[in-house]
Amino acid sequence: MNDESIWSWETAWDVLPALLRGLVVTIEATVVGMVIASILGLLIALAMRAPTRWVRGPLRFIVDFIRMTPLLVQLVFVYLLSPPEIPALVIGFVVLGIHYATYMSEVYRAGIEAVPQGQWEAATALNLPKARTWRAIILPQAIRNTLPGLGNYAVSMFKETPFLFAISVVEMYTEAQSYGANTFSYIEPLTMVGLLFLIVSYPTSLLVRRMEIRLA
Amino acid sequence: MSDDLQLLIDSLPDLGNGVLVTLQMTLGGALLAMVVALVLGFGARTPSLWVRAPSRVVIEFFRGTSLVVQIFWLFYVLPQFGFKMEALAVAIVALGLNYGAYAAEVVRGSIESVPTGQWEAATALNLGWLHKVRRVVFPQAWALMIPQLANLLIQLLKGSALAFYITLHDVYWWTDELQRDTRDTFFSFGCGLIVYFVIAYILTWGMNWLEERAKRRLGRGTRPRLRDVFGLKPGVPSEIARMKGGTA
Amino acid sequence: MTTSTSSTGDVPAIEFKDVVKRFGDNVVLDKLNFSVAQGDRVTLIGPSGSGKTTILRLLMTLEEANGGLILIDGDPYTHEYKGQKWVEIPEKRRRVVRNRVGMVFQQFNLFPNMTVIENIIEAPIHVLGKSKAEAVARGEELLEQVGMSEKRDFKTNQLSGGQQQRVAIARALAMDPEILLLDEVTSALDPEIVADVLGVLREIAETTDITMLLVTHEMQFAREVSNRVLMFDQGQIVEEADPETMFTNPTHARTKEFLKAVLG
Repeated sequence: MNDESIWSWETAWDVLPALLRGLVVTIEATVVGMVIASILGLLIALAMRAPTRWVRGPLRFIVDFIRMTPLLVQLVFVYLLSPPEIPALVIGFVVLGIHYATYMSEVYRAGIEAVPQGQWEAATALNLPKARTWRAIILPQAIRNTLPGLGNYAVSMFKETPFLFAISVVEMYTEAQSYGANTFSYIEPLTMVGLLFLIVSYPTSLLVRRMEIRLA
Repeated sequence: MSDDLQLLIDSLPDLGNGVLVTLQMTLGGALLAMVVALVLGFGARTPSLWVRAPSRVVIEFFRGTSLVVQIFWLFYVLPQFGFKMEALAVAIVALGLNYGAYAAEVVRGSIESVPTGQWEAATALNLGWLHKVRRVVFPQAWALMIPQLANLLIQLLKGSALAFYITLHDVYWWTDELQRDTRDTFFSFGCGLIVYFVIAYILTWGMNWLEERAKRRLGRGTRPRLRDVFGLKPGVPSEIARMKGGTA
Repeated sequence: MTTSTSSTGDVPAIEFKDVVKRFGDNVVLDKLNFSVAQGDRVTLIGPSGSGKTTILRLLMTLEEANGGLILIDGDPYTHEYKGQKWVEIPEKRRRVVRNRVGMVFQQFNLFPNMTVIENIIEAPIHVLGKSKAEAVARGEELLEQVGMSEKRDFKTNQLSGGQQQRVAIARALAMDPEILLLDEVTSALDPEIVADVLGVLREIAETTDITMLLVTHEMQFAREVSNRVLMFDQGQIVEEADPETMFTNPTHARTKEFLKAVLG
């Protein structure tokens, strides 16, 4: 190694604003993605309890298919199929949301199953209508059970948003990548982007772990 | 459509190679991940702070810095420090370190779930540490680990699609080629996703089979029903695998 | 290394010298001194939390003492005084001594990943270096003795509690221990099974000269098997006597109180 030195603080300083801009997009994608995943996941979980296997069977297959194939390939797939008017970022939100909805549906399922049988029986004893039982008794308890899962998936999704580079959404990793491509210095941007992920995700996951312990 | 099929048939040799590359990454990555997981997992539960603290730091580092960044860092940045690895090696190392860090938590959690009485009985029989781990504790922890490791294996397979961007000709590369040839996105990507799904399915069978075998060894052997082996257990990403580690 | 117990003469099998054990601020054993002669059968009684089980666990090195010496046949076991300093003995030396001590647990702790016979031969082969044939032969002999021969190739989870405990006894004996520690071995068993297990132990007591140290709530059994009873309270021996005297004519107030509570 010669004197033009491996690490340049100047470059690091230079790329930082772009990375922070990208971080905003990354967090945006995570938040919107998780909102979609939370709602859609609950709907899937409820649909999975449908009495007929003609609903459950195909749904199960779709969910397994999405869950067991690469998010990256799914992103590009939907991106290429969508009309060009739809912004890539929106496609990113939706695909992240759907992919994680298949995970979240399992969290809800477990959450619903964890509500004690006695709660259902008490609701029957009070002659509550089914819809009311779900809305007022089962779901509030089930959703409480799912909070740590939700937190963990949010952290996980945050770390998977860089996949959006494949559909040219300019999030944090893409910012680093394009800076590197323009200036031929990859060391600073790529190292810093990794550290930024760590700086955000580590405290968040500690927080989630504390929540787990408190809710357990 | 018939053109599509013809092009698909023409590309089958490429698909064979693509599957091979994807499997090399997945299984190579999984093997490395397991080694990393065992070292870090045991490291993270030693009483000595000098081993425990570095283990924890490494685990949190590789979990926290995103697989995408790691793989490109190894590919673009590491050579500037004078370490040049082949693209396949880069993929295996990145996948192995990232998922190894997750699996370390699974290993640690499962080892902790083995009752202390088992360690004590092994001490009472005067077995050495390595012997205790190898013959008594690990076989029991293994049965607990497998479902979560199966999840991680699927995650790892999915993550391997990144290798396309570091010049590897894997299943995703084949998909992309097919898309160029056919100009039919739905058909080509549909095929690509199905190939991934089939690989994931086969890997899941394998892991289910391992799990049934491990359980039988512990005498919890209900003869496995076909559903147990061929059914898909819910796949969950790495964050959750850790969450269940302690309790499962 | 495992010399016959009778030839070692008047060196005690077990000796505690000023042994201290604390869990946090809770002092469980406070400078405890006592010894057990070769071939003795000693029962430790006393209220829970009095330190009885801790003594067995210290002897099995499942706990570390905070001070004092534990000697097996006069050999330092866990620590020794070098000059004026209390230093830990390296694991290698400790293992040599540990071979002379075996233990049977309240919860059996059989290895579920092994069959009955595998449980028994594991340590004789890998620790004592016996040949497999030799270990199996001895293992089968012991299974016969505890009445478990026909379960030889069963997984341990397929056995009832009483059966598991009998296998655990055979497993401990397969190491040819000079000292056998029995930690509430019948407490986890259904009442109707207890007699079976005690029968097995009684036979071992009658046919061998193994030194035994037992913690038990089965006073009748303690009376039959042991030749000495130690009454513990708050980490100290408050009374020591032969079983006859201890159970019919205790002197210490705490002993009277305790025996009244247990025997009713």
